[in-house]
Amino acid sequence: MSDTSRQGDWTKPAAMAIPEGSFFKDEVKQGRYGPIFPKTPACYGFSIIAKIIPGREPVFYEYAKNIEKAVAGQPDVLAVLKLHYLRWNLFEIKGETYFQYMGIFDTDFDKYVEDAVGLFAASGLVTVFENLEGFPNDWKTNAPAFIKFVRDHHRPSFLEYGEYPFVSADEIKKALQLKAAFSNMLDQMQ
Amino acid sequence: MIEYEDIQHILLTRVPALTGRYEFLSFRNAASGRAWLSAILEKAQSAAEVRASVEQDKRWVTVAFTWNGLHALGVDERSLATFPEEFRQGMVARAEILGDTGQNHPDNWVGGLASPDLHAIAILFARDAAERNRCQIEHANLVAQCEGVKVLSALDLEATPPFDYAHDHFGYRDRLSQPVIEGTGEVPTPGTGAPLKPGEFVLGYPDENGPPANLPQPEILSRNGSYMAYRRLEEHVAKFRDFLREHGKTPEEQELIAAKLMGRWRSGAPLTLAPDKDDPALGADPQRNNDFNYKQMDPHGYAVPLGSHMRRMNPRDTAHNMNRRRMIRRGATYGPHLPEGAAEDGAERGIAAFVICASLIRQFEFAQNVWVNDRSFHELGNERDPIIGNQDGTLEFKIPKRPIRKKITGLPAFTTVRGGAYFFLPGIKALRYLATLDDTSIETG
Ligand code: HEM
Repeated sequence: MSDTSRQGDWTKPAAMAIPEGSFFKDEVKQGRYGPIFPKTPACYGFSIIAKIIPGREPVFYEYAKNIEKAVAGQPDVLAVLKLHYLRWNLFEIKGETYFQYMGIFDTDFDKYVEDAVGLFAASGLVTVFENLEGFPNDWKTNAPAFIKFVRDHHRPSFLEYGEYPFVSADEIKKALQLKAAFSNMLDQMQ
Repeated sequence: MIEYEDIQHILLTRVPALTGRYEFLSFRNAASGRAWLSAILEKAQSAAEVRASVEQDKRWVTVAFTWNGLHALGVDERSLATFPEEFRQGMVARAEILGDTGQNHPDNWVGGLASPDLHAIAILFARDAAERNRCQIEHANLVAQCEGVKVLSALDLEATPPFDYAHDHFGYRDRLSQPVIEGTGEVPTPGTGAPLKPGEFVLGYPDENGPPANLPQPEILSRNGSYMAYRRLEEHVAKFRDFLREHGKTPEEQELIAAKLMGRWRSGAPLTLAPDKDDPALGADPQRNNDFNYKQMDPHGYAVPLGSHMRRMNPRDTAHNMNRRRMIRRGATYGPHLPEGAAEDGAERGIAAFVICASLIRQFEFAQNVWVNDRSFHELGNERDPIIGNQDGTLEFKIPKRPIRKKITGLPAFTTVRGGAYFFLPGIKALRYLATLDDTSIETG
């Protein structure tokens, strides 16, 4: 099935059940670093879950403030990732702290992954990963090792929903710009 | 300091060849492969040698190996395992990633290139046909002496007329934009961008990300080496010309369509600098013909469509991390020229090119996977590279234009992949190292 065949009509909310094993058989596309997880009405995304090195919690809260500042200082710092949303959580299971990093974006992660690693290295976006158990020390120079960690810790979803399915962040921004331009035009015509 | 005397010339220099020949080889055993290599490595010139004597030389030789070829020569398993995964797998196994499906699938490749028996390539560039014939006979004699070395296939290269400038069978002037390496002393022509760290193309040097890391072992084998993605791309010239006629009423309109597909007029003049009318003098002038960018000069693609070949293959200031995605292009055309106005003659003609880079996965495979074949690159939707993308007749090409863009649907495939392979291009010392490997254990095979 082609990329576009499922991408019907943005006015029609859609849900998609994803088979056990996280791929649709016979449709699995090979990316440079392994099979590509399917695109859903909620676009592409990942949910990385990993145990943190005990006692490192404060680093995560400090990091959150840094990212807030970095994005405020340079709003397009993450543009290359083609993001909609990112969420970070810390939670506890049996006295141990886990970290969850969820992203929703418009391109499969495989495509721009070296750009992402480069950006992470430069921006400090994932330096917090260094506080996760098993994270490769040489990740800045070893993109394949970084990617392996991400793939190994990614928990693919089995169901995704989109209120405006398959619409990209760029399309949304274009629509909002158009709306702004229109209201501006209407103002001018008063 | 770049070690010119240890780097095979193809990586750093372009030679004045009008013809040449590639021979694809298989080694039945390690000893015969090494005997062949010992003899031919004397002829493989380094960048330093070619720089010194290119004016007198009449022929230039390069040798390179597939991963299976390194194995066949007797490189041990530990060392073989240190090569990057994509090279170990080889181009055939990466077909889906590269867009080599349908007509382009390795099942349809010629010359034994899809076979695991492909071990090595000997590249000959020659000044003229007489020299090529001489070298061809000499090489045939060498192979005859190395029992166990087999020539799987060969491809003769021919420049296409007129011979006073490099261009392909479609008629586009080529070799205009090429990255420059820091420390070579070469001065980038305007628009080429700052020189790049040598490690982007040569193993063992710092790259744009920092000091060298994760190099294949032992060091003597990888230092001053590189990787080459070989592509034999057939060009369907009659189909291309029919397409231009179908979409352009006048010769001028046809030229404009050709220019929009590429991003440059066939003369080489970039559409950014000559948007409405060809300017052959501009196309031929290296001080001006690459001097442009996109973000400021042409953000919406009114001059150079976002989907055109040149803009995809180097989006310049409209992509992130461009310095980590550059490639060195070498190679030549093959097959007979199809004169303007002549009907399709059934002969195969095209480009037999090498894309040289330090990381196949980050540079060449990224280009093929994203820039060439991602249907939604630049938010284009349902488009691939109009020259080398995998085209099955269902895709589009959009030409931004005020007030309304022109959309061509059902774009045909102007090219077909007829073969390809990943080669490791060893340095000169590494060639000697390979020729003198000692392997009493493998001899038995
Ligand atoms: C039949 C096949 C091909 C044809 C006819 C073709 C033709 C051309 C031409 C005419 C140019 C413009 C001249 C220049 O800027 O130097 C160009 C640029 C380029 N091509 Fe191709 N090409 C082909 C295949 C490929 C392949 C397989 C690759 C790599 C995967 C590639 C990568 C590039 C790059 C990197 C540029 C330079 C863009 C720039 O820096 O602005 N081409 N090609």
